[in-house]
Amino acid sequence: MTDSADDLIIRVQGLVTRFGTHTVHDGLDLDVRRGEIIGVVGGSGTGKSVLLRAIVGLLKPDAGKIEVFGQSVRDTPDADYRRLRRRWGVMFQDGALFSSLSVQQNVEAPMREQLQMPPDLRAMLAGIKVRMVGLPENALANYPAELSGGMRKRAGFARAIALDPEIVFLDEPTAGLDPIGAAAFDILIKQLQAALGLTVFLVTHDLDSLYAICDRVAVLADKRVLAVGSLEEMLAVDHPWVQEYFHGPRARAAQATAGGH
Amino acid sequence: MSTALPTAQSFVATRTGPKLIVTGALHIDTVAAVDRAGLFERAREATMIDLGGLTRMDTAGAWLLVDLQSRLSAAGSTPTFEGTSEAQAQLIETVRHSMPPADTAQAPERSLADRLESFGRAIVDGARKAIALISFLGQVIATLAGIVIHPSRLRLTSLVHHCQEVGLNAVPIVALMAFLIGVVLAFQGATQLRQFGAEVFVVDLIAISVLRELGILLTAIIVAGRSGSAFTASIGSMKMREEIDAMRTIGLDPVTILVVPRVLALMLMLPALGFIADISGLIGGAVMSWIDLGVSPAVFQSRLVSNTDVWHFGVGMIKAPFFALIIGIIGCFEGLRVGGDAESLGRLTSTSVVLSIFMVIVADAMFSIFFAIVGV
Repeated sequence: MTDSADDLIIRVQGLVTRFGTHTVHDGLDLDVRRGEIIGVVGGSGTGKSVLLRAIVGLLKPDAGKIEVFGQSVRDTPDADYRRLRRRWGVMFQDGALFSSLSVQQNVEAPMREQLQMPPDLRAMLAGIKVRMVGLPENALANYPAELSGGMRKRAGFARAIALDPEIVFLDEPTAGLDPIGAAAFDILIKQLQAALGLTVFLVTHDLDSLYAICDRVAVLADKRVLAVGSLEEMLAVDHPWVQEYFHGPRARAAQATAGGH
Repeated sequence: MSTALPTAQSFVATRTGPKLIVTGALHIDTVAAVDRAGLFERAREATMIDLGGLTRMDTAGAWLLVDLQSRLSAAGSTPTFEGTSEAQAQLIETVRHSMPPADTAQAPERSLADRLESFGRAIVDGARKAIALISFLGQVIATLAGIVIHPSRLRLTSLVHHCQEVGLNAVPIVALMAFLIGVVLAFQGATQLRQFGAEVFVVDLIAISVLRELGILLTAIIVAGRSGSAFTASIGSMKMREEIDAMRTIGLDPVTILVVPRVLALMLMLPALGFIADISGLIGGAVMSWIDLGVSPAVFQSRLVSNTDVWHFGVGMIKAPFFALIIGIIGCFEGLRVGGDAESLGRLTSTSVVLSIFMVIVADAMFSIFFAIVGV
C-alpha cells in the first residue's frame, strides 16, 4: 500500500490538546489509510477517546492540524463541516442511543436530519441497517433501556452506519461484552467493513479485536503516537509499555487464538 | 427496443432486449428520487440487470436493486445481476440477508376490547402503585419506630444537612410568597368589604384564611416543587448508577440512610416554614390594610388577638407534619422507582411533584371535613 495523499483519509499532524494544565497530546501525528481498520490502543488516560473526539470535531485542539478527506476539520465553514460530517459515523461507548427514541427511530434520526426522503423508505432503510448489525426483528420497536449492553452497542453501530459513511469511528465497541459477544462484534465489524468499503477507526483495549480484525495498530503513549504498524512490527518496538502490552500473558493468549484459526 | 428512463440526477436505466442496463450513481441521496414504479415497468420480464455502469452504490442503492429483483421475481421472472464488482456483489448479498421478513403483516387495528383491556390494565397498575406506596409508607414508619428504639441508627449529619436544605434555604421564598398572599388578600378583601362599610373585617379574613389554610397549603406546594422533586431526582440518579444496589450489598438499608433523614427533615421543617409563612402573611396583610384602609398596625393587632381563635393557627400547624409526610414519602418513593434510563428519571420527577401536590390538596380537604366534624 502506498502512502500517497489520496490514500490518506485522516491526517493528524502536531496535535496538542490540554485540559487546564494537563497536557493530553503533545505533538501527536497519525495517518489513517483509506479502507483499513486501524486499532488505537494505549493505557487508561492516554487520550484515545480524546483523539477520536478531536478528529470528529467535538473538541477543539490547542494546536495542530487535523484533516479528514483532505479538508481541515476545524477551519472549514459550517456548511462544509456539515457535508464532511455526513461522510463519517461515530459509535460512542455503550452506544449513546437517544433514550427517548426506539431503536428504529434512533437509526432513522441521522436520515431524518440530513436527507429528504419519504418516511416509508426511511423506515425500510433503517430496518435494513438494524438487521445488518444482527439485531432481531423485534428489537426495532424497543427502547434503549430495554436492550442488553451488547444490543445497545449493535444499535449504536447501526446508527453510525445509517448514512453509509466512508469512515466509522468506534469507541471501545467490545468493552463490557462477553467473549462470545465481543468476537461476534469483531466479525460484524470486519464483515461490514468489507461489504460497505468502510475505513474503521477503532479505539480499543481488546487484544483479541486487534489480532482478529485490525490491519494496523497505533500505540498512544507519552502524549503521542509511539508506534504505528502491523502487529508483528509492534512486537519489535522497544518501549516498556508496548513490550508489556504486546508480550503480556493476555497478548500471548490472544495471539495464540488468532494463530489457531 | 431501446429507451432511456432518466430517474434521478445521474442514475439512468436503459432497457435493451432482455437486458436492463443501469448506469450512474445509486446511493442514499438519490434513491428517494428514483421512480421505482417506472423502473419496475421498464425492467419487467428482463432476464439480466447489468450493473457494470454503476459508478457508486451504497446500502440504499443495493436495497433498491434487491427490492426490484424480488418484485420482478413475484411478477414471474427473476433477473440476475451482471457486471458487478466483488464489493458490489458482497454488498448486495449483505442487503439481501437484511431484507424484512416476507410476512410483513400490518399490526391489526385496536379493537374496543383492546382499549377496554388497556383501560383495565391502567386501573390495575394504579391500584398496584397505590398499594406499593402504602407499603413503602409502612416500611418508613417501621424504620422510624426502629430508630426511636435505637436512636443511634439515626443519621444525624444527614438529617441536619437535609434540614438546612429543605428548611433554612427555603425561608426566603416561603416568606416572600406568604407576604404577597397577605397583601393580595387584604387588597381584594378590602375592595369587597368596603361596599358594606365592613372594612375592619378584613383582619378576620386575612387571619383566618392565612392561619387556617393558605399559609400552610401554599408552603407545602412550594416545598413539594422545591424539595419533593429534589428527593426524586437525587435518589433516582443514585438508583440509575446502581448506588442503591451497592448500599444493599454492603448491608446498608437505603430507607434508613436515604429516606428517613429526608422525610424526618421535612416533618421537622415544614411546621417551621408554615409558622414563618403565617407570620409573614399576617405582616403582608397588615401592611396592605394600613396603606389601603388606614387600619393601623395597633388596631390590626388588637382585632387579631380579640377576634381570632388560636385554634385557627392550631389547625394549620396540625396539618403541617402530615403534608410533610406526604411530600417526603412520594418524593422518595418515586425516586426509588427510577429505572436504568434517563427518561424515567425526568418522568418520575414530574410525577412526584404533581402527585404530591395533588395528595396534599386531597389531605387538606379531608382535614377540613374532619375539623368541621370535631367543631374547631
